[in-house]
Amino acid sequence: MTLDELIERQESERERQRKLKRRILCCTAAGCMSCGAESVRKAVAAEIQAEGKEAEMEVCGTGCMGLCSRGPLVRTSDDGALYGNVDAEDAAALVSEAPAAYARLGVKRIDTSAPFFTKQKKIVLAHSGEVDPERLNDYIAAGGYQALGRALAEMTPEEVIAEIRKSGLRGRGGAGYPTALKWELVAKQSATPKYVVCNADEGDPGAFMDRSILEGDPHLVLEGMAIAGYAVGAQQGYIYVRGEYALAIQRLQAAIRQAERERLLGSRVFDESFQFRIDLRIGAGAFVCGEETALIASIEGRRGQPRQRPPYPPESGLWGQPTLINNVETFANVAPILLNGGEWFASIGSGASKGTKVFALAGKIANTGLIEVPMGIPLREIIFDIGGGVPGGGGFKAAQTGGPSGGCIPAEYLDTPVDYESLAAIGSIMGSGGLIVMDQASSMVDVARFFMEFCMDESCGKCIPCRAGTVQMHDILTRILQGEGAPDDIEMLERLCVVLRETSLCGLGQTAPNPVLSTLKYFRHEYEQLVQPKPAAAGGES
Amino acid sequence: MPATTAAPDSVRDNREKMLERAMSRHNYSGDALIEVLHAAQELYGFLPPELLKKVARKLKLPPSRVYGVATFYHFFSLQPKGEHFFQVCTGTACYVAGAQELLNVLERRCAKAGCTSPDGKVSVQAARCIGSCGLAPAVIYDGRILARVTEKQLNEELDRIGVS
Ligand SMILES: Cc1cc2nc3c(=O)[nH]c(=O)nc-3n(C[C@H](O)[C@H](O)[C@H](O)COP(=O)(O)O)c2cc1C
Ligand code: SF4
Ligand code: FES
Ligand code: FES
Repeated sequence: MTLDELIERQESERERQRKLKRRILCCTAAGCMSCGAESVRKAVAAEIQAEGKEAEMEVCGTGCMGLCSRGPLVRTSDDGALYGNVDAEDAAALVSEAPAAYARLGVKRIDTSAPFFTKQKKIVLAHSGEVDPERLNDYIAAGGYQALGRALAEMTPEEVIAEIRKSGLRGRGGAGYPTALKWELVAKQSATPKYVVCNADEGDPGAFMDRSILEGDPHLVLEGMAIAGYAVGAQQGYIYVRGEYALAIQRLQAAIRQAERERLLGSRVFDESFQFRIDLRIGAGAFVCGEETALIASIEGRRGQPRQRPPYPPESGLWGQPTLINNVETFANVAPILLNGGEWFASIGSGASKGTKVFALAGKIANTGLIEVPMGIPLREIIFDIGGGVPGGGGFKAAQTGGPSGGCIPAEYLDTPVDYESLAAIGSIMGSGGLIVMDQASSMVDVARFFMEFCMDESCGKCIPCRAGTVQMHDILTRILQGEGAPDDIEMLERLCVVLRETSLCGLGQTAPNPVLSTLKYFRHEYEQLVQPKPAAAGGES
Repeated sequence: MPATTAAPDSVRDNREKMLERAMSRHNYSGDALIEVLHAAQELYGFLPPELLKKVARKLKLPPSRVYGVATFYHFFSLQPKGEHFFQVCTGTACYVAGAQELLNVLERRCAKAGCTSPDGKVSVQAARCIGSCGLAPAVIYDGRILARVTEKQLNEELDRIGVS
């Protein structure tokens, strides 16, 4: 396809959609699928057929619509209405144009002027819930692949990188490394071939942002990777995706095939001399493989164990060649940046944290689901306005960000702006986007033990501080929780924290102490209560 | 992934051919070991020692390397799976919502996490976040995701499939 043909295709697909009376969009992402979305979609399709309305209505599956706790969700295109807890019996009403039948749905209608919707800002998730991830034309109608087409036709690789630099985009995989700097490092290597790798291992045990992006808008990630390939001079990309993500894998495979068929990937992309192939590599369930050097080992078919850095992957990555590794969400930001300009992106967000961040809200919060917010938004607004607060009257106790490498944020810091530096300053991290809310009934010592158990299980065993240290720390935490802790256990924990942080080989061991350190900092009394001679119950009633 | 039960001989031959095809698709390259093991496990349900040896021979890798990789990753199982397979999500959201209680039920009535009950009926596993945190606690039961699972529901299902 040429760029002109792409734009023509966009027009004609838009025209086709405009002519339809109604598109019925059913969320078919993992959350809604597990509460019956497929039967809703089938029932609606059958109803359209039964009513003979194929020419004027169509049903589509879409990515996550955000409010997963109310699933299955359905949106109707003509009035923009959103419905929750839909079941197959609602199909007739969804297809009907008679107001009376439509009324049945009234009670299920979700108020889209609520803060949950109005306080969000969608860049990465702009298409999620709007386009059918299995139809390339839907993505093209939404402007898809134009950023890639324009980059190839009108920009040099240096200009692409300059635009990314202007945007201020930083890595969304956790560490927040400036994306343009990384791209430059790879671009300036003379060795070839070079590789582009998308890190879709998503290990954080309470997070599903990357999964939702891949399931809801796979072409957005492919397009971002292809643009990166052009910018750094690579012809081959890999997506390393978690084996548990069956639906994401299936949709990615389909998307790659479609894009290749239309020559949006493969050889002679857009009839230009640029070629770029993307292959999937399926992970096999090891958290440490999210670490970039372990990920490389795993793609090469070996045990996923990290190695000493430097050399960093931009110099020596896959098979010793220059390799660019970015997170799913990082790649998903690339096409919108090129389409709207780096300055537009930099105008969103705050300080050194530009753009938006996707979070997975979970735990003791009313609106569990997937959200995207401008960086710098106060945590309080995320939890109480967007999230709807803490249900059950227990009251807010802490928010956990960054998973096993992150920390707990207590109520007194609820007004902290959510950006890389502010979160780090209070002992947590932005992380990849897991945000778990705990209420007063949660024991913070138990939360610390939970994450330590996770690190202990996932330690690859290559270096001793992490392999042995996580076991020691887990034992102490368990002992404390059982009311058998000794008074100097807390001090011992603190000493172990320092050893792990300072002497572990990779990020897993280095950051494993964080949940312990932050709970010790803000909830020390819970530990102290437990190690006192008269042991209190494990649920901290402070 | 649903548990694979023993297949009749005719299917068995076919599986060998399909594994061969998976290896040739990757040009018998050692780099493709993990892909090949994925394919083998999908076909056979688990990775018995003879199968690992065969893969090693075909990909010209030392058996220790193949065994090392197969045991490193949680996804690969060297033991056969039971007739039914419960994977309890123990990710943070599910943990906060009571996943441990569900796991306790399964461990009490069937088998410890990572094991299969002695009668081969049920395998139990603790999984990491399966991406349905909004519906915590979640359990994958024979490949299907169950949302907001309660102890009562779980006990009833175990009764239904005849776990004593
Ligand atoms: C133990 C460990 C696990 C990690 N897991 C992930 C992950 O699941 N996804 C991810 O994108 N990055 C993960 N990272 C960070 C990656 O190593 C790497 O920094 C990131 O993929 C770079 O992409 P970005 O610059 O776009 O953020 C992990 C790091 C460590 C130390
Ligand atoms: S810190 Fe832990 S995970 Fe990282 S290399 Fe050492 S043992 Fe492996
Ligand atoms: S999965 Fe349907 S709204 Fe999130
Ligand atoms: S923590 Fe269980 S599904 Fe995410």
